[in-house]
Amino acid sequence: MSDNLVLEAKSVSKFFGTITALQNVDLHLNKGEVLGVVGDNGAGKSTLMKVLSGLYKPSEGSLFFDKEKVTLNSPRDSQNLGLEMVYQDLALAGNLPIGDNIFLGREPTRKVGPFNFLDHKKRKQLTEEHLAKLKINVKSADQKVEELSGGQRQAVAIARATAFNAKIVLMDEPTAALAVKEVGKVLDLILNLKKLGVSVIVISHRMDDIFTVCDRVMALFQGTNFAQSELKNTSRDEVIGWIMGKKD
Amino acid sequence: MDHGEERLMDKNQETLFVRLIPFFERYGILLLILIMIAVLHLLQPDVFLSWRNVTNVFKQVSWQSMLALGVFMVIVTAGIDLSVGSIIMLSLMGLAIASKAGMPWYVVMLVAPAIGFLCGMFNGIGITLLRMPHPFIMTLGTLYIFRGIGNLISGGVPITGFAEEIRVIGNGKIKLDAFFGEGAREYIPTSLILMIVIFFIFWIFLNHTRIGKWIYAIGGNPGAARAAGINVDRILIVVYTLCGFLAGIGGLILAGRTNSAYPNAGLQSELDAIAAVIIGGASFFGGRGTVLGVFAGVMIMGILRNGLNLMNVSVFWQQVLIGSIIILAVYIDVLRRQLATRT
Repeated sequence: MSDNLVLEAKSVSKFFGTITALQNVDLHLNKGEVLGVVGDNGAGKSTLMKVLSGLYKPSEGSLFFDKEKVTLNSPRDSQNLGLEMVYQDLALAGNLPIGDNIFLGREPTRKVGPFNFLDHKKRKQLTEEHLAKLKINVKSADQKVEELSGGQRQAVAIARATAFNAKIVLMDEPTAALAVKEVGKVLDLILNLKKLGVSVIVISHRMDDIFTVCDRVMALFQGTNFAQSELKNTSRDEVIGWIMGKKD
Repeated sequence: MDHGEERLMDKNQETLFVRLIPFFERYGILLLILIMIAVLHLLQPDVFLSWRNVTNVFKQVSWQSMLALGVFMVIVTAGIDLSVGSIIMLSLMGLAIASKAGMPWYVVMLVAPAIGFLCGMFNGIGITLLRMPHPFIMTLGTLYIFRGIGNLISGGVPITGFAEEIRVIGNGKIKLDAFFGEGAREYIPTSLILMIVIFFIFWIFLNHTRIGKWIYAIGGNPGAARAAGINVDRILIVVYTLCGFLAGIGGLILAGRTNSAYPNAGLQSELDAIAAVIIGGASFFGGRGTVLGVFAGVMIMGILRNGLNLMNVSVFWQQVLIGSIIILAVYIDVLRRQLATRT
């Protein structure tokens, strides 16, 4: 198991002034594994994700990518190491087409003389290939994001996160804003990523999500590791108990 | 996508009205221009489409179109620039003073765009670094500041008489003797050529470069742009600087056209520029609009003013009409958003 380790956090603590958001938290993630992170509001889930993505610097503790110790100064650093975050508020520009959103900030260009121009053809082609690889169905790569349903937007956000061969994807409540009938599609997409060898960390309140896609689940309680288990060795009732701080 | 949802979507989109929206979004404005031209031609058959009148319209819109193009980019970022009318006046005054000081004409010609550039950069830096709550406030301030400085350096009096080389941009004529025979009166104004070239360059910039794409992204969702690693503040400074630069070019054209720098130059022309942009289909909420639309908006304003003047309609009615068109154009935008956005 440890041969496949892609990400590890060792006794990470994060203090905001006198408030302790995280205290000696450990986390590990294997290649192609889907890890569910659960916990009540304020348990430290989002803070932990922000530490892993480089948005926050840990006050104590260290991070390892592919078993190498790293210091992240910004989300750019974690991106360069192959970690992408899918934001809860879906960082997409609704006025732009799907392809433009997926490649925003990293647009393919071609040189004409001294100038760099957008390579519209290549972007369209890469977008279509990538959507097909993830089995995301949309009418056209040129459709504007604002014309899409919530589930399709979430799919575009995930496509954006994985367009540059991300090895690790963090998702903060990927199904929270979705209509019930769309949740299944996003969960299918997560399973698809797993098949492609991508490791995923999913924060979710929904036990259905956790028990559909995750291999392992860990619970935070008041900023500390509370419990964790392979999914097959636990039950919904037990996990719900962990969220509330109860252990048998 | 499951089949139930697919059917639902198709059904929505098969509504004729909804299907026509993209068509009108793209071509409706050109249709409007053609109708205006046809109507004015019928009303004034000898005058309106005469060479002299058409070139006159183009000469008039050429400097105004520079302001509209700059303000358009700013509006795409969901911002606003109220100071362009004052920038055009200040750059015109700077040009006049440089000319009076006896500087060579090629230096004088650079003065106006350079002043515009610096004014725009000042706006951009103020909006981003001073963290003004809205560009409206910063550029409202500079609307007063720039015109005040223009009056301070000129003493508040007009300065007239520029060298022919300076006037060539705004007043130059490209003779068409080759087509119409020796000594023909038909010509193409230099300012029309300049306008077409500049609009083409900015069309390339906005549609075929990364920065152009980012300008639209910022207008659509600045948070998304930031999350994508785009330096939003830097792009905004670029946009406001280019807007000021274009106003400076407008000042250069106006210098050639009027052969004078006067305290009221460009007064309220920022409002005409905003009106042209909105009529041209850009959304005030940012992220939406095209360079061709701006051109059309400028032409609609120009043709309308020209036509109403030819018909001897009072300036007061012109104001009422232009105001009504702005409100109608924005109302169409509101309807479009309601119908086109699935929530």
